[in-house]
Amino acid sequence: MKRHEDALIRLFHVYKRYGAYNALFDISLDVFKNEFLFLAGPSGAGKSTLLKLLYLGETLSEGQILIDRMNLARVSPKRAPELRRKLGIIFQDFKLIPTKTVYENIALVLEARGMSRKFIQKKVSSVLRIVGMEDRTRSFPPGLSGGEQQKVAVARAVVGDPKIILADEPTGSLDADSAEAILNLLINIHARGATVLVATHDKELIHSTKGRVIQLKEGRLIA
Amino acid sequence: MKLFFFKKALQDILNNRFLNTVTVTTIALSVLIVSSFALFFYNANELLDTWKKGIRALVYLDPAADDANRLDLKYNIQKLAGVSEARFISRKEAMAQMKVQMGRQASLLEGLETNPLPDVFEVRLKPESQTMAEIERLSRAIEALPHIDKVEYGQQWIGKFTSIINVFKFVGYAMGGLFLVATLFIVANTVRLVLYSRQEEIVIMRLVGATDRFIKTPFYIQGMALGGLGGIIGMAGLFIAFHFISEKFHSSLSAELLDMHFLGLEMIAGFIAGSMFIGWVGCYVSLKQFLKA
Repeated sequence: MKRHEDALIRLFHVYKRYGAYNALFDISLDVFKNEFLFLAGPSGAGKSTLLKLLYLGETLSEGQILIDRMNLARVSPKRAPELRRKLGIIFQDFKLIPTKTVYENIALVLEARGMSRKFIQKKVSSVLRIVGMEDRTRSFPPGLSGGEQQKVAVARAVVGDPKIILADEPTGSLDADSAEAILNLLINIHARGATVLVATHDKELIHSTKGRVIQLKEGRLIA
Repeated sequence: MKLFFFKKALQDILNNRFLNTVTVTTIALSVLIVSSFALFFYNANELLDTWKKGIRALVYLDPAADDANRLDLKYNIQKLAGVSEARFISRKEAMAQMKVQMGRQASLLEGLETNPLPDVFEVRLKPESQTMAEIERLSRAIEALPHIDKVEYGQQWIGKFTSIINVFKFVGYAMGGLFLVATLFIVANTVRLVLYSRQEEIVIMRLVGATDRFIKTPFYIQGMALGGLGGIIGMAGLFIAFHFISEKFHSSLSAELLDMHFLGLEMIAGFIAGSMFIGWVGCYVSLKQFLKA
C-alpha cells in the first residue's frame, strides 16, 4: 500500500476557473515515483489544463499541488525554473525552435543550466541515439516529419534527466507508426526510472500500454 | 558561459542586421550631434579661459595726485581681496612704451608739447578672482578710493561673450536631453521588435527551465554593443568633421585666434560609455515590460 506522503506529485482539491467556467473541479490525486499514468478524457475535459498547472503554465484558482515536495502555490516566478528543471515536457505541437538545429534545440536545456560544452555534446549525442535521430543533428525542425519532430521533442524532454515527464497529446498529430514509436520511447524512458504522465484522448494508445488510467470529464475526475 | 552569451548576442545582431544597422546609425547621429555641442563648448571655454587670464584693470590717477598719494593708493589697492598685483606705470613710462609700440610712426608723438598720458596702476587679479563679476566688484571698490580719475577693464565684451556661450550651453543641454530620450526609445523599440520576433523561442526557453537571467543577458550585451558601436562611429564622425574644419581654419588668419582642440580621451571614453549605458537602459525598459508575464 502506497502512502500519500510518498507521492511525487500530489493534488489537493484543485480548482481552475476561467471566470465563471470551471476548467477543473475539485481534483485530488497522487502520482507515485516511476508511475506511468494516463490522463484520459475527451477534448475539453481539462487534461491539458491539469498539465499546465503542473508546469506553472497556469496558476491555481484553489487547492494545492506538491511536486517533489515543492508547493506550487508558493513557487515565485523566480523559482519557476527550479521546478521546471524537475520536469520534461512534451507538447502535441512539439514546440521546437524553428531557427535552431535539432542539436541546438536539445542543447538549450543544458545550456540554460550552465553545463559545459563537452558535457552537452556527450549528453545530446546520447539522447539523440536513444530516439534514433543521431543522423539529423544539423537539420532544422521545419525540414523534419511530424514523427521526427516529436522524437526531437522527446529527446529535449529527457536530456536534463528530469524526474517527471509530462506529455500533452504526444501522438495527437502523428500517424500510427510514428505514434507507436513515440509511445515506445515513453515506455523506454519510464523503464529508466522516470515518472510519466500522458494526457491523451487516444483509447488505443491507452489500451496498448500498461499504466494507471485517470478519467477526466468536464473538469471532474470520474475514475 | 560568458562566451556563450556573447556568441548569442552576436548571432542576434547578425540575424537582425537591418534593424540593428538603423539603431546603430541613429545612436551614432545622436552622439555626433551632442558631441558637436560638447566640442564647441570645450573650445569656447578654453578660449574664454585664455582671455580671462588676461583680465586686468587700468586705474587712471587724478593728475593732481602726488607721490605720497600714489604710495597710499598702491597700498590700498593691494589690500583689496582678489588683487594679486598693482603695478605703477608712470606717464613717462607709458609714453616710452607707446613710442616702442608705434615704431617708425613714433615721430608723430614728438610734436606734443606735454605728455597727455596719465599715471596708471595696472591691477592684476588672483586666478580665483578672474571672473567678470569679481572684476566689476573690484573696479567699483577702486573707483571709490581718493585720487582716482577712472577705472577701465577693456575686456567687458568677454562678459557678453560668456552670456552668449551660456545660452548655447542651455540649448546644448536641452538638445542633448532630447536626443538621449529619442535614442533610448529607438534602442528600446529595437529590442522590443527582436523580443516579439523571438516570443515563441522565449516561451520555450522558459518551459525548459531557463532563468530570466539566461534569457536577458544576451539582450543586455546586444544593447550595450549597439550603444558602444554607435558611440564609436559618432565619435569617429566628429573627429573626421573636426579634422576637416580645423584644416580649413589653419589655412586662414583665424588660426592664431582660434587654436582648436579635439575632445580629451576622458570625454571620448565618456561619450562611448554613455551610449553603451543608453543601450543598456533601452534593453532594461523593454525586457522589464516583456518578461513581466
